[in-house]
Amino acid sequence: MDNIDKQLVNRLQDGFPVTERPFLAIAEEFGLEESDVMQRVQTLLDDGILSRFGPMFQAERLGGGLTLAAMKVAPEDYEKVVEQVNAFPEVAHNYQREHELNMWFVLATETPEGIEDTIQRMEAITGYQVYNMPKQEEFYVGLRFEL
Amino acid sequence: MSDLDLNSNPSDTNKTDVPSFSQKTPEAPAEKAKDYIFTQIDRDLVIATQEGLPIVERPYQVIADQLGISEDEVMFRLEKMKDCGVIRRIAGVPNHYRIGFKANGMTVWNVADDQIKELGRKVGQLPFVSHCYQRPRHQPYWNYNLFAMVHGSERAQVEERAQLVKELLGNACTEHEILYSSKILKKTGLRLAN
Repeated sequence: MDNIDKQLVNRLQDGFPVTERPFLAIAEEFGLEESDVMQRVQTLLDDGILSRFGPMFQAERLGGGLTLAAMKVAPEDYEKVVEQVNAFPEVAHNYQREHELNMWFVLATETPEGIEDTIQRMEAITGYQVYNMPKQEEFYVGLRFEL
Repeated sequence: MSDLDLNSNPSDTNKTDVPSFSQKTPEAPAEKAKDYIFTQIDRDLVIATQEGLPIVERPYQVIADQLGISEDEVMFRLEKMKDCGVIRRIAGVPNHYRIGFKANGMTVWNVADDQIKELGRKVGQLPFVSHCYQRPRHQPYWNYNLFAMVHGSERAQVEERAQLVKELLGNACTEHEILYSSKILKKTGLRLAN
């Protein structure tokens, strides 16, 4: 990742233009060729520097359900339960955390009622209790990382 | 806009190449209009773009072709969804592990119920907090009702920053913990089923 890549990551966090030639718009800002910007963005994605590139949706605004949930899984079962939990398409991300509650995941469902249903199925399949921790109030969501 | 960059902290100045934060502006505040009529075309547009935009000269044209609508309509609807908060933003999101934020602590706090709204907002304003929510307790096993994601280049820095949160909460907070992520087990983002 060279200096231009870093600046590009900074720039892309601020938003991607909604215009006919968005890569060209960014290329002009940077004094680069459009094809160069496209190549760099592709490489940043391929290398995993960028984990996502596109619209970030707010699930609740789409009429669906969204929650954070946690499980306390025994070490000997962990790998198996990861597979079982990740197999649910409703699991958007899943993190291992250093705590008794050692698995934390975000559930996103088409309907608000889908959350409870998903949790019940998950408890039945894994044999573990799922602690549901939906947000009651959002104080802040954001953060831009400066490279 | 005031400079909230925490890297003006003395402890940070002797480090080079430490990632920093930019000024804070929340994404699509929750108060924004909720009256957007979400149509089937919007739904199709979500499905067509939720895995990411194609890296081509005219990405919106490619999506338009997939959906059988015009490029203008794709752009119009994306802007509209952005305006009303269905889309928080259209952007590139760095993997924070890959860009130097090796330590990411989910800090959880037991905060007096009658003060959590006010204090939650204050914690959310701290420059190193990326997400801040009130969530339900599961007593007696889980007493924490305030969650704040704190990012740092190493754990010592996360702990320093958690200390600032603790000071801010004062007597309203009786206990807290920092839960570090040790592994990403899945990261696909939100998905609508096709």
